Amino acid sequence: MARVLLFGRLSDVAGWRDREIESPFLSVLRRQLSAEDAALGEALAGPGVQVALDQVIVRGDAPLNARTEVAFLPPMSGG
Amino acid sequence: MIRLTYEPFDAGALLSEFCRGRSEVGAIASFTGLARAEAGSTTILELEAYPGFTEAEIGRIADRARARFGLDDVLVLHRAGKIAPGDAVVFVATAARHRRAAFEACDFLMDYLKSRAPFWKKEHGPDGARWIEPHARDHIDLARWEKETTK
Repeated sequence: MARVLLFGRLSDVAGWRDREIESPFLSVLRRQLSAEDAALGEALAGPGVQVALDQVIVRGDAPLNARTEVAFLPPMSGG
Repeated sequence: MIRLTYEPFDAGALLSEFCRGRSEVGAIASFTGLARAEAGSTTILELEAYPGFTEAEIGRIADRARARFGLDDVLVLHRAGKIAPGDAVVFVATAARHRRAAFEACDFLMDYLKSRAPFWKKEHGPDGARWIEPHARDHIDLARWEKETTK
């Protein structure tokens, strides 16, 4: 079970922030989330949304294991 | 030092502490960012962080500033959670041998924190809440430093 975290506006779109989801790959997880909630799927694919696996930004696909922390990060705005 | 805090802080006290016991640095610059009320349209500024990742990313930004400007020391303290207008959101201090490096490093750090530090900002006001994403201006500010790197 990967632990999926949504930040910023993504958690408002989804109505949740933190969930355990069984998925073998990041690409599969994206499809699972889109199938369940089209609005969330669209938001995750939106411009500037990055993904971190175990707190490291990744591009493209990657395998997930039972303990992977998957964080979806919309454009950042600090300071 | 990099710190994330959910409590209000006193920027003056941090600066005094940062200046203490330095006989060789010559220059300390600091910047304090405050939450704005936006003429009453913002009653609370809420910043969401990703604990662990947020500090690590700020640490990487601070390391770049340290290397680029030859800093002796850097302090970044960033608020998260609910912040009242007038309260400090961020405090940055830089120590260097000479003033130019200290000033520029502060400017660099703030430009990177604005659009590269993992925070998500929501303004709460009488008309509800809205997420704030980086402005075009923030990207232009950042581009200044990227351009200089490739010179």
